[in-house]
Amino acid sequence: MTMVVLNRRYLLAAGGSVLAAGMSGLLLPARAEGLAPTESMSGGANNYRKGAPTVDRIGKGGFWMSGSVRRAGDGAPLVGQRIQIWAHTTEGQEHEPQSHGATLTDKDGKFRLEMPQIIPIFGQPHGHLAYDSGEFKTVFLRPVMRSAKETSLEAHFVLQPA
Amino acid sequence: MILIWVALAFAIGVPIVAAAGSEQLAWRGPLYVVAGFAGIVALGLVLVQPLLIGGYLPGFPAYRGRRAHHWIGGTLVAAIVIHVVGLWITSPPDMIDALTFSSPTPFSPFGVTAMWAIFAVALLAALRRRLGLRPRTWRFIHMPLAIVIVAGSVAHCLLIEGTMETISKAALCALVLAATVKAMIDLQVWRKRRTLRGESTAPQ
Repeated sequence: MTMVVLNRRYLLAAGGSVLAAGMSGLLLPARAEGLAPTESMSGGANNYRKGAPTVDRIGKGGFWMSGSVRRAGDGAPLVGQRIQIWAHTTEGQEHEPQSHGATLTDKDGKFRLEMPQIIPIFGQPHGHLAYDSGEFKTVFLRPVMRSAKETSLEAHFVLQPA
Repeated sequence: MILIWVALAFAIGVPIVAAAGSEQLAWRGPLYVVAGFAGIVALGLVLVQPLLIGGYLPGFPAYRGRRAHHWIGGTLVAAIVIHVVGLWITSPPDMIDALTFSSPTPFSPFGVTAMWAIFAVALLAALRRRLGLRPRTWRFIHMPLAIVIVAGSVAHCLLIEGTMETISKAALCALVLAATVKAMIDLQVWRKRRTLRGESTAPQ
């Protein structure tokens, strides 16, 4: 026989999940309704150079940085947003101009920029990305690669109006 | 016992040689390379310290071992300064994040904590006579800081993905921990005694 223990915490949790499930049925598109904006990551803005040029590729390429840009709340893809990307790569240190470049999001709010291989700097293989164009609040990201051998990295932005 | 010296030379030398062969070095500026190796040397010195004070190194019994421990301590401070200054110049914002404990990298607070513990021990050791610290008081201050230095350095080093080769790095860290634990047990640092290892020192 199964014992069902009823206490306040259980009831609150159960009630909450029923409420959440019910609400999502009423409000469409439900899950996107509460999409929270991305917070800047600590250290994300390190060695940032404002206004990196929009390029087809940073340096000789070989490594892919990709991701998406969506609007907070409804999660709508944001088209034509400028994302700046920089990292310590095989072709230069983080602060050097040739290590920086920018790209625009496509019609689905996706971006993808080829760049030189990222290598570990300050003990972690990581990249930097920035949205800093004014229309939305500035966000700096600093994703870390699972291994220094990886040849791609992703970062996703959810932006809120400035 | 020349074997102990050979073992020590390997324990410190192999990780340094392995790191010197790292492909990462090709993408680093000279200052960053020097800063990194200063960190590896510092870890090696952290291994030498308990060996000296424990009297395990042939040719460095009691008194001489303690003198050498002081000198190595000073060298350790110098290595840490080179490590931090070199990294600061390489990437100022990353170093500032680390020193203010606001770095995204998990290993930074361990390293910075160990650094302050090393500086504190060195400063107190230099002022020990002037402050009139008795051996027992000194040990009461130094031992917790020594534990912080060893634990902090090892955690800092193990979590870093850099030029050090993984196995030689782990081996060096294990030796640092083992030497520290052995020295502390052999010297019974938690016991209340007037002097270390029973040798006579002038009362302060």
